[in-house]
Amino acid sequence: MQISDKDLLQMYRWMVLDRVFEEKTFDLLKLGKLVGFHHPNVGQEAVDVGTCYGLRKDDTIMPTHRGKGKYLMKGVDIKIMMAGMFGRRNGSGKGRGPASHSGDNSIGLLAGTGLIGSGIPISTGAALAMKLQKKDSVALHFFGDGASNRGDFHEALNMAGVMKLPIVYVCDNNCYAMSVPQSCAMAIENIAIRAEGYGFPGIMVDGNDVLAVYEASQKAIVRARKGEGPTLIECKTYRWMGHSINDPGVYRSAEEVAAWKEKCPVRRFENYLREKKILNDAKVQDVYKKVNEEIEEAVHLAESSPLPLPEDTLLDVYADLKN
Amino acid sequence: MREITFVEAVNEALHEEMARDERVYIFGEDVRVGYGKGGPFGATNGLAARFGPERVIDTPISESAIAGTSVGAALWGMRPVAEIMFSDFLALAMDHIVNSAAKMRYAYAGEATVPVVFRMACGAGVGAALHHSQSPEAWITNVPGLKVVMPSTPADAKGLLKSAIRDDNPVVFFEHKFLYSRLREPVPEGEHLIPLGKADVKRSGEDLTIIAYGAMLQQAMRAADLLNQEGVKVEVLDPRTLVPLDRETILQSVKKTGKVIIVHEAPTFGGFGGEIAALIAEEAFYSLDAPIKRVGAPFTPVPASPILENFYLPNAEKIVKAAKEIME
Repeated sequence: MQISDKDLLQMYRWMVLDRVFEEKTFDLLKLGKLVGFHHPNVGQEAVDVGTCYGLRKDDTIMPTHRGKGKYLMKGVDIKIMMAGMFGRRNGSGKGRGPASHSGDNSIGLLAGTGLIGSGIPISTGAALAMKLQKKDSVALHFFGDGASNRGDFHEALNMAGVMKLPIVYVCDNNCYAMSVPQSCAMAIENIAIRAEGYGFPGIMVDGNDVLAVYEASQKAIVRARKGEGPTLIECKTYRWMGHSINDPGVYRSAEEVAAWKEKCPVRRFENYLREKKILNDAKVQDVYKKVNEEIEEAVHLAESSPLPLPEDTLLDVYADLKN
Repeated sequence: MREITFVEAVNEALHEEMARDERVYIFGEDVRVGYGKGGPFGATNGLAARFGPERVIDTPISESAIAGTSVGAALWGMRPVAEIMFSDFLALAMDHIVNSAAKMRYAYAGEATVPVVFRMACGAGVGAALHHSQSPEAWITNVPGLKVVMPSTPADAKGLLKSAIRDDNPVVFFEHKFLYSRLREPVPEGEHLIPLGKADVKRSGEDLTIIAYGAMLQQAMRAADLLNQEGVKVEVLDPRTLVPLDRETILQSVKKTGKVIIVHEAPTFGGFGGEIAALIAEEAFYSLDAPIKRVGAPFTPVPASPILENFYLPNAEKIVKAAKEIME
């Protein structure tokens, strides 16, 4: 697959932003500065960037609870996202909804719910709308290995298969559903094979290889745009940190985590770009410097943004009725 | 005015709204053909022939996905009318009605609308037993973000369904299956809209208010006739919409009569009547000259045998008995 140097550099920048944003917000959470839950995405950046790179505004995504890279790539202003994570009045969700369940139809960001797997039919519905509206947009839906055990996974994928809906189901299989390893939750090794039961392709890809993820995604997206139906892409990856900030990760060994850290998707891509002479020390430093500045500015603005008013609680329950 | 049945009124509303707005589509099990007229009851009769299979979509037996995809499509510019064949199956669609549809606008901080109607056939009296007979409105009236409608007459069914489809909020729309083909009444042709959140005084009286909805309205009207023979002037009030509830019309009536019986087909305990009773106790206590009475089903599943079902269901006689207790 031909990808221009400019695009490769852009993808690298997103990988770094995804990584640094997660590390920074994890620290902020430990300091008690953020509201709501937080589920660090460190180690899974290649899935975000490989799938979301090059999406159009009229395509939809629904991210999972893990990671903010997808939101930012789809077009959420990093300042608005950060203010939302700080629970500020001008941030994503405005204090009513948590930033991790915020949505913005103008950029094709569908809000997910806090119920693992429940988003699968919702994204599928957006894909149905695209088909009914005779558009060539595509819906990307993200979920983890754990969500693939929900009844909604079966109901929605079966429906999308029989109706040939323009949707790509992206499973970021990070080996654990909270503390439960995949081997305790399903008797199969590859979630991708489940697609066969729904009559569309299931593809396995190294989820730490951003270019492999990108290539698989682009193929699936083109297929969906042409009206040929859904694809399930299973990205094999690993989360470095706990399920959430409260998780010390006692269910896995230090050796296992260390082995996966060796497969760091950001460093891997960086090395590849260095070999291709697209990156060098100076360029890497520059990317990190700019990303850090962007995040610091967002944090600074978030901290000085207004808190919601208690009465804001009563807003936006109905389109017409007032509390 | 021409008379049509309850289910014909529902069907007419669907025809008119689909013709008016091409974003409206029907999504559910057996909606195209069913038993020949669309679904088991004929509510979607003629829609597939007129609007095509793209807008009248038969789904797999997947209530959760029917509800969930409807939320997604509503977010993305469509106005789905999702059909849950029996309201008992609401339990299967509950997550997406409660956690997805009802909370989306809040999650988007007001930047999105979720114009979806979840239609479902509810109620007992047809020998359908445990899993095809319930009146589950109270399961969801405690969920902020939903509107909940339960019409009692064909004219109201048409006018309320048309309004529900045009509403920008998720609406759960209960159609009582006992009324579907048994109740035939005058229904205005063409444009006929009844706003959500407006109760209707079906009969005026000064001595006693009976509040009833769904199939119980017929029983309340019959009870009013029986009581009238004994000189009791009964006001019968149909809330029509449970959320939002027309509090003013209820309070006005109770303040006038000073006595109230609340009737619904669901079990009395934990039923929506408790909310109406609490409203009256809080806002009109000093106008009452007798205790508030509730008439509903016992706290059991809906039984199968007609003998048991008859015992289970509230009816005019039970309402009259309750009335006599407070009229003394």
